[in-house]
Amino acid sequence: MWTWFHRLASPPTFYRLADRYSPWLAVLSLLLIGYGLVGGLWLAPPDYQQGDAFRIIYVHVPAAWLSLSGYVAMAAAAAVAIIWRIKLAECVVVAIAPVGASFTALALITGMLWGKPMWGKYWVWDARLTSELVLLFLYLGVLGLNRAFEDPRAGARACGLLALVGVVNVPIVHYSVEWWNSLHQGSTVSRIGKPAIAASMLWPLLSMTFGCMAFFGWAVLRRVQNDVLLRERRSTWVAALLGERKAAGHV
Amino acid sequence: MLLTDFALSLDAGVLLHLRGRNGAGKTSLLEVLAGLRAPLRGQVVRPEAGLHWLGHKNGLNGDLSLIENLQYWCALQQCSAAPIVTSLERLGLARLRYRAARTLSAGQKRRAALARLLVAPRPLWLLDEPLAALDVAGLDDVGCMFDQHLQQGGAVIVTSHQPLPLADGRMRTMELS
Amino acid sequence: MFAVFAAALRRELRLAARHKGDWLLPPLFYLIVVTLFALGGKPNDPQLSAFAPAVLWVGVLLSALLNLDRLFRADFDDGTLEQCFLGAQGAMPVVYAKLIGHWLLGGLPLSLIAAPLALQLDVPATVLPTLLAGLLLGTPMLSLIGGFAAALTVGLPRAAVLLPVLVLPLIGPVVIFGAGAARAAAAGLSAAGPLYLLASLLVAGLCLLPLAATVALRNSFD
Repeated sequence: MWTWFHRLASPPTFYRLADRYSPWLAVLSLLLIGYGLVGGLWLAPPDYQQGDAFRIIYVHVPAAWLSLSGYVAMAAAAAVAIIWRIKLAECVVVAIAPVGASFTALALITGMLWGKPMWGKYWVWDARLTSELVLLFLYLGVLGLNRAFEDPRAGARACGLLALVGVVNVPIVHYSVEWWNSLHQGSTVSRIGKPAIAASMLWPLLSMTFGCMAFFGWAVLRRVQNDVLLRERRSTWVAALLGERKAAGHV
Repeated sequence: MLLTDFALSLDAGVLLHLRGRNGAGKTSLLEVLAGLRAPLRGQVVRPEAGLHWLGHKNGLNGDLSLIENLQYWCALQQCSAAPIVTSLERLGLARLRYRAARTLSAGQKRRAALARLLVAPRPLWLLDEPLAALDVAGLDDVGCMFDQHLQQGGAVIVTSHQPLPLADGRMRTMELS
Repeated sequence: MFAVFAAALRRELRLAARHKGDWLLPPLFYLIVVTLFALGGKPNDPQLSAFAPAVLWVGVLLSALLNLDRLFRADFDDGTLEQCFLGAQGAMPVVYAKLIGHWLLGGLPLSLIAAPLALQLDVPATVLPTLLAGLLLGTPMLSLIGGFAAALTVGLPRAAVLLPVLVLPLIGPVVIFGAGAARAAAAGLSAAGPLYLLASLLVAGLCLLPLAATVALRNSFD
C-alpha cells in the first residue's frame, strides 16, 4: 500500500495516469451536468413557495458544497505535502485554490441572485453567506500568497501552511457568525422552511452535484499536470514525453 | 535540483575548499550540510558535538553592540559567554565591542561574525565566503584560525573564490560544476 | 528552553527601547483613526456608542498591523534567524518570545488606550471592563495570527501589502466575540460566553500558531 502510494506520487506515473483518466472525468461531468441542467431547469416542477426562483439551487448548492469540501481537500493535500514532503501534493494545493475560489464566488453570486427575489435585497448578513464570504477571502489569501513567491516549491508550502491554519479557522468562523447572528435576533433574515424535496427535483440536484465534483476533479487534475510539467521541465521524463508526442505528431 | 549523486565525507584535521562558478550550488550544499535546508533525497550525518555555520549574512543586528550580539548568540547556543572578549581581541575588535554593529565597516562585521568560531569550540566549521571584505591582516588571522582548528582535530568546509590563506597538505579542493 | 526564551524577549525589549517610534506610533495611529471616525458622523450623535465596539476593535487590528511585517524581517535579513534555527533549542522559543514581545509592545498598550477612547465614543463606563477584557484576550490572538502571517511572508519583497489580506479573514471570529462581548454588556446581557470563547481561542492559538510560524520561517530558507 505504501509503495503504491509513493509510486502514484511520483510525477511521471501520476502524469500518465492523469492523462489516461481525466478525459473520462470530463465526459462524466458533461453528461451529469447536462442531465442536471435539463432536469433542473425544464423538467422539474416550479416550487410551490418560491416559483421558478428555486431553480438556482441547481447551481448554488453544488457550488457551495464544493467550495467548502474543496478547501478541506486543499488542507488535506497541504498536510500530506508538509508531513511527507511529497511534491505532487504541493502541486495539488496550488491547483485547488483557484478552482475552489471560483466555486466559492459562484456560490456567493448565485446566493445573492436568489436573495433578491426572496429576501428583497442582494446581501443580508446571514450566517451562511457571511461564512462563505470569509471562505472566499481565505481562498484569495492563498492565491495572493502563491503569486508573491518566486520559487514555486516554497510558495506551495507556504500556501499549504496557510490552508491548514485556515481549515481550522473555517468551523470557528461558521460558529462565531451563527452566534453573532443569534445576538441580532429579529433582523431581516427569515429562514424559509425546508419542505421535503420531490424526487423530480432531487435527481437533477444530485446529478449536478456529482457532475460538478467530476468537473472539479478534472480541472484540478489538468492544473496539477501543467504544474508538474512546468516544474519538471528539465527532467528526462518530460523530455521523453515531449519526444513521444513529437514522434506521434501531437506537437 | 542542483546536485545529484553526491557523496562527501570529511576526516578530522582536513579543510575542504568548495569551488565552482556562481550558481553552481555551493551555498545550497553548505546550507543542506548545516541543516538549514532539507535535502530532496539522501541523508547528512553531522558531528554530535555540533557545528558552526557562517553564511553570507553575518547574523549581527545593527542596533545592538558587538558584545550584545555575541551574548545573544551564546544564549541561543546555550554556551558560556565568557570567551567573547578574548575572541574579539584575537580578531582585533576588542576596542569596538560596545559600538553598534551598524557603525562598523563590512570587514569589521565579517570579523565579528568569525569571532563566533572562537567563542564556542565545535569540530566542524561550515563557512560560506568567510573572506569576503577582509583585508590582508584579516586573511592572516583567518589563516591562523584554520591552522589551529585543524591542529586540534577539527574540520572545515569553506566556499571561497579567493585562494585560501592555508597552503599545505591538509587542504582538499572540490570543484562543483 | 526558558533561558533562550528569556534572552530573546530581553533582546526584543532592548531593541524596542532603542527604536521608540516602532511602538509609540501605532497607539497614535489608533487615536487618529478613532477621532476621524467620530468626525465622520454627526457631532454628539447618540448612535456613536452603538458602533463604538466595532470601531475600537477594527482600530486595534489596523494599528497592530502597522509594524507587523518587521517582526521577523530584520532577523531574516541580517542572518540572525539562521543562527536561531541552528541554536541549541531551535527557533521555537525565539518565535514565542517575538510573538509575546509583539503583544507587549503593541496589543497591550493599544488595549489600554482603548479605555479612554471608549469614553470619548460615549461607551457607558459599566461596559469598559468587558471591553477591556475582550481586548486583552483578543489582541494576543492578533499577535499570534499576525506573527504566523509575517513568518509566511518573511522572505517576500512586498509582504506589507499581502499581510492584511492574510490576517484579516483569520481574525474574524476574534472580532465577532470581542466586539460582541462589549455589545452584550452594553445591552445588559452576560458577556461571559464570548469571553470564555475568546479565551479558548487564545489557548488553542498559543499552542498551535507558534509552531506553524516556526515551520513557515524554516520554509523561507529553501
